[in-house]
Amino acid sequence: MVSKISKLRRKEVIMGYVFASPWLIGFSIFTVYAFISVIYYSFTDFNAFTHPNYIGLSNYVELFNHDDLFPISLYNTAYYACFSVPLGIITAFLLAELLNQKVRGLAFFRTIFYLPTVVPSVASSVLWLWIFNPNFGLLNIFLSILHLPTPLWVGSPEWAKPALILMSLWGVGGTMIIFLAGLQDVPQELYESAELDGASIMAKFMYITIPMMTPTLLYTLIMGIIGSFQVFTQAFIMTQGGPANSTLFYVLYLYRNAFQYFKMGYASAQALILLVIILILTVIVLSTSSKWVYYGGGA
Amino acid sequence: MRIDKEVTHYKSRRKREIYLKLIVYIFLIALSGIFAFPLLWMISTSLKPETQVFVFPPQLIPRPVIWKNYIKVIPLMRFSITLLNTLVIVAGSVAGDLFSSSLVAYSFARLRWPGRDLFFVILLSTMMIPYVVTMIPIFVVFNRLGWVNTFKPLIVPSFLGNPFFIFLARQFFRTIPNDLSDAAKIDGCSEFGIYLHIILPLCKPILAVIGIFSFMGAWSDFLGPLIYLNNEDKWTLSLMLYAMRSAQAWQLSWPLLMAGSTIMTLPVIIIFFFTQKTFIQSITLTGIKG
Repeated sequence: MVSKISKLRRKEVIMGYVFASPWLIGFSIFTVYAFISVIYYSFTDFNAFTHPNYIGLSNYVELFNHDDLFPISLYNTAYYACFSVPLGIITAFLLAELLNQKVRGLAFFRTIFYLPTVVPSVASSVLWLWIFNPNFGLLNIFLSILHLPTPLWVGSPEWAKPALILMSLWGVGGTMIIFLAGLQDVPQELYESAELDGASIMAKFMYITIPMMTPTLLYTLIMGIIGSFQVFTQAFIMTQGGPANSTLFYVLYLYRNAFQYFKMGYASAQALILLVIILILTVIVLSTSSKWVYYGGGA
Repeated sequence: MRIDKEVTHYKSRRKREIYLKLIVYIFLIALSGIFAFPLLWMISTSLKPETQVFVFPPQLIPRPVIWKNYIKVIPLMRFSITLLNTLVIVAGSVAGDLFSSSLVAYSFARLRWPGRDLFFVILLSTMMIPYVVTMIPIFVVFNRLGWVNTFKPLIVPSFLGNPFFIFLARQFFRTIPNDLSDAAKIDGCSEFGIYLHIILPLCKPILAVIGIFSFMGAWSDFLGPLIYLNNEDKWTLSLMLYAMRSAQAWQLSWPLLMAGSTIMTLPVIIIFFFTQKTFIQSITLTGIKG
């Protein structure tokens, strides 16, 4: 009897590994092997076709000391993240809060706000290029009707980054859905008892909604940072990094080094630095979270 | 007197609530207009003749509606080839994702094996790794296999599991009671038989979600085809639209570019409209985890 059970148990273990094997294989190649390789490549001169040539820390020294474009790409990306992440969270929160007011036609509005996120990135990039057209684009037509200044948008170094940030706000639908789910989970009794105490709308928002939403805010903040540091397609299609390198983002520069100049070792060093940056930012956000995230709701 | 005061108080509160609702609706309508306008503008531009695009003030509804841009853009995009390429990649990715995520999720949700819980945490954390970190070594591997300029680098990884889909499927599989599979086991059903005949039929809703996500991802993918497909005969819709935007001669023809964008966008929007309920539920699910 005992041996039969252990035989069954052993069979289950074997089947467990067999069923998980697609991912176990994928994980070993695409994560473990790739990770080790990217670290190794970052210490080599490598064009993807011949054998990697070990050159020690040269790639890192070059990046930090002699490459003018690297700090520019870092600055552009940090600029983009600094604005697009908080503005995106605020916009998404505002939309979710509006949708949470027991409105009629909730499904309709939710669909409209979410729709832009399913538009293929190439199509949305081409579309926004048209909207940002300085002379006949939708945006400048509106601005000129309102007698406001009409910038060149993606055609000018000053306005290219703000333009892409503005465009990123069009895609906050996913974050909005997450916020809406969070808002719907806030216990109604909290608002009711606050109302009995005569709390104003603003007070309810500040002292109930915001604290109860902090775990969701933390999640969207971290995902937002990770995502915004990888911004690529819009800049690649709309501006090719220009004008005057004003939209040369980190991943765009990395892509160029890897797949246009075939400096795979150099690009690997860039990739690792990006990973470290994202890791540090995540750790910083997480370490401050105990000060502002409230886990009372039993989420 | 006192009651009077109460009544007026109640009335004013009621009034304030109505005003508030009104403001909420005004905001919602204005914002949804702003969000929808770019897409309407895309369709509108695609139905206008070249000359009408630069008319001031601009017209949202094209007069007359012309289909010329679509007739022109379809051969220019080499539509039959690019669409077929895209569909081959989409079909391969969807098949691969359904196969691998259901199989692996079955293991994580219903079988006990040493290291399982640790591997599940690892699986979740791999979702946070930026794709550019592993992009170069993966390219090198596929290049050594001679797979560059084939669809294999865009399809084969799906068969080796996508962490997000595995997570979705695993959460769903866990909700199915064990009695069913226990009974089947007593009847001598194999583990694979249980997976195929009991779990999969019960899990159609989550498989549909994974299928839709996988479809959307493969249909819209840009970076993958950009890296792996050099030969124009292998291009997908994404790459072709990008190439159209890059070619200098195209710079000015916004109606044609918008027609191309509309062709790429409409299928996704149609699928989204038909499946939005499941779609939105599963996005919610990803957020709850956090």
